[in-house]
Amino acid sequence: MSKSRFVYVTYIRTTPEKLWSALTEDAEFMKRYWFGVHCQSQWTAGASWKMVHADGSVSDAGEILEADPPRRLVIRWRHEKRPELKAEGDSLCTMEIERSATAVKLTVTHTIERESSKLIEAVSGGWPKILSNLKSLLETGSVVLQDPYPSAR
Amino acid sequence: MDKVFKALADAGRRKLLDQLRLRNGQSLTELCEHLDMTRQAVSKHLRRLEAANLVVTQWQGREKRHYLNPVPIHDIYERWIDKYERHRLSALAELKRRLEGEDR
Repeated sequence: MSKSRFVYVTYIRTTPEKLWSALTEDAEFMKRYWFGVHCQSQWTAGASWKMVHADGSVSDAGEILEADPPRRLVIRWRHEKRPELKAEGDSLCTMEIERSATAVKLTVTHTIERESSKLIEAVSGGWPKILSNLKSLLETGSVVLQDPYPSAR
Repeated sequence: MDKVFKALADAGRRKLLDQLRLRNGQSLTELCEHLDMTRQAVSKHLRRLEAANLVVTQWQGREKRHYLNPVPIHDIYERWIDKYERHRLSALAELKRRLEGEDR
């Protein structure tokens, strides 16, 4: 296998439009489920994208490759802080939203063209917590986990 | 959540998840190489795991690849461990402090 990849799926009782907004333009909402982090972008293809932490620092940056609201978002994503992760270069993060019978299916895929990627390992630790919080916040109006986002990422 | 527990209540299926934890994105053929099960059995177990959202499949070219999806397990962790563990640990710390204090 030439690629490192993870695929995470969660089902959320909400609408595709609300989920799209939670994943993109609604920065204040994002901070609530992403441990104070939010992503800044115009959310259209070709726009720049960056991940901003509560202290204003940027850990990850890149650009939007595809934006098809409320269905599909593809981000070219590279890490900017830790040298060993930055050295790995660009990764691709794809978010897909599909309506299912009783809920909305969110699939997050993150890939990079190298084996045993440290970047993929690092981001894969964070996604389950973020997705659990996102699900909880959209379904119940409150988050489950309040821990600060690990500063190393 | 019933589906998750039922899917996890089988040693063969847990072994499959272990295999994916070791190397994510394996095909059915690759998974069969490491397991002492027939291809049919592995395929059936994978379907159960997929129905429980513990395994997600993606087609890459002509190959169907299997990925471990830890999100349902994380939901279980949150429900029963994360919420209560902190209190239990602090209760244990308090107990230790009291007992050791009495010794002195």
